Amino acid sequence: MLRAVIDPPAPAAPEGAASTRLRTRNIVLKIDGKSVLDGVTLDFDPDRLTVIMGPNGAGKSLLLRILHGLLKPTGGEVSWGGGPAGPPRQAMVFQKPVLLRRSVAANIDYVLPKSECRDGEECAGLLARVGLAHKARQAARLLSGGEQQRLALARALATKPEALFLDEPTASLDPPSVLMIEQLVKEIQSTGTKVLFVTHDVAQARRLADDVVFLHRGCVTDHAPAADFFGGACSPVAADFLAGKIVI
Amino acid sequence: MQDFAEAFTVAFGLVGALDADLVEIVVLSLRVSLAAMVVSCVIGLPLGGWLAISRFRGRGVMLVVVNALMGLPPVVVGLMVYLNFSRAGPFGWLGLLYTPTAMIVAQTILITPIIAALSRQVLEDLNTEYAEQLRSLNVTGFRVVRTLVWDARFPLLTVALAGFGRAVAEVGAVIIVGGNIDHLTRVMTTAIALETSKGDLPMALALGIVLLLIALGVNALVMSLRATAARYAYA
Ligand SMILES: Nc1ncnc2c1ncn2[C@@H]1O[C@H](COP(=O)(O)OP(=O)(O)OP(=O)(O)O)[C@@H](O)[C@H]1O
Ligand SMILES: [Mg+2]
Repeated sequence: MLRAVIDPPAPAAPEGAASTRLRTRNIVLKIDGKSVLDGVTLDFDPDRLTVIMGPNGAGKSLLLRILHGLLKPTGGEVSWGGGPAGPPRQAMVFQKPVLLRRSVAANIDYVLPKSECRDGEECAGLLARVGLAHKARQAARLLSGGEQQRLALARALATKPEALFLDEPTASLDPPSVLMIEQLVKEIQSTGTKVLFVTHDVAQARRLADDVVFLHRGCVTDHAPAADFFGGACSPVAADFLAGKIVI
Repeated sequence: MQDFAEAFTVAFGLVGALDADLVEIVVLSLRVSLAAMVVSCVIGLPLGGWLAISRFRGRGVMLVVVNALMGLPPVVVGLMVYLNFSRAGPFGWLGLLYTPTAMIVAQTILITPIIAALSRQVLEDLNTEYAEQLRSLNVTGFRVVRTLVWDARFPLLTVALAGFGRAVAEVGAVIIVGGNIDHLTRVMTTAIALETSKGDLPMALALGIVLLLIALGVNALVMSLRATAARYAYA
């Protein structure tokens, strides 16, 4: 009681998602003495959908893991907003989805608060959003690759994330599903969630990105608004990549 | 040879007629070993889960010890329990020696390491797959163990059945702490040992047949569990 009198009530979260202002300073990651990320310094605008591009092995997945807090970098730091609130609620869809050995619906219910799974409405709504409503009773691991990715996304959304990390979430989807997921991701960003989206697909990046980060051999070569990046104001490696040349 | 064939005929007769003595012995065997299996799971599963996900100094040593305990000789376990429960022993006042409870204790000691070691392996494999995803979903502590145990339910059931199989077929420990007392602590294995030495081959054979059937049943159950798990990709 006394505490409550002395401590002022915690301020309500500020408008405009200040806590999702993600920054990195000079992130270095060494694996077996080899640098796989080298001096990554980025400021992410919370109101923009950021697409991270780069060739295979550039370090995109590792960077996403570090940003999400699953992996501790060898050096440098990741910070959120600077406020005392700490990191925001975040979720990630992995490049290879990991689904629980349960039904499709149970995978969603697993992350929902108890009160929300009782009537099954929330779960059904989320499944409908990724086009899996008709598969609710099926064993999750018997879904096709693309369906598994969509379920993983629905489960990530069930946590109501303020920041959402997506590692090639449409890599094995058919074209209509790709468009459905892109639509969904845009919606999520527009409701105030910060989205970081990793993709190789240039056309997709054009459709989605507000700003683009290009990663090459563990270094950031570009971080620019999409219009500039695709308009030609990019580094030579990125230009080669966009032109469809093999970048190693 | 004549005797032998006759013994078989009488044995099948006993099994077929559900001979009262036979049934009593079989039921006690099942009760003791199922109880030992349940208690072992209650102790062994959380222990296995803890060993699977925690990292601490001396974990490697502990794994070696638990794995080694899987091969505990039943007679040694019997002797240990006997010493503890005998009149002069620290738990002598409980008066448990030569009771089914003592037999449950002995079998529990025998199979808990099996349940713990095998379930640790199962849960650790699953944890390698799940760890990052669960951390991403902000699942920590005991909920991780609960999730792993539930999602590994099929392989863990086969682990429990392996423990039961070992318990029900074991003779060395129960004969020492149970004493093979008629109508009280006589189970299938101890009865077989006794009847054989007495020369009552039909009863021994009848019990042997039932024991084999139980072993077959347990294995059939394990196989069908595996098949079910595979069918739903829950394995
Ligand atoms: N656990 C690990 N041990 C050793 N090397 C690793 C490990 N994880 C990643 N790497 C290396 O780090 C580099 C970057 O990996 P990362 O998975 O981030 O690439 P990526 O940009 O996501 O590639 P892709 O487009 O193929 O998904 C790769 O060269 C990879 O071999
Ligand atoms: Mg990757």
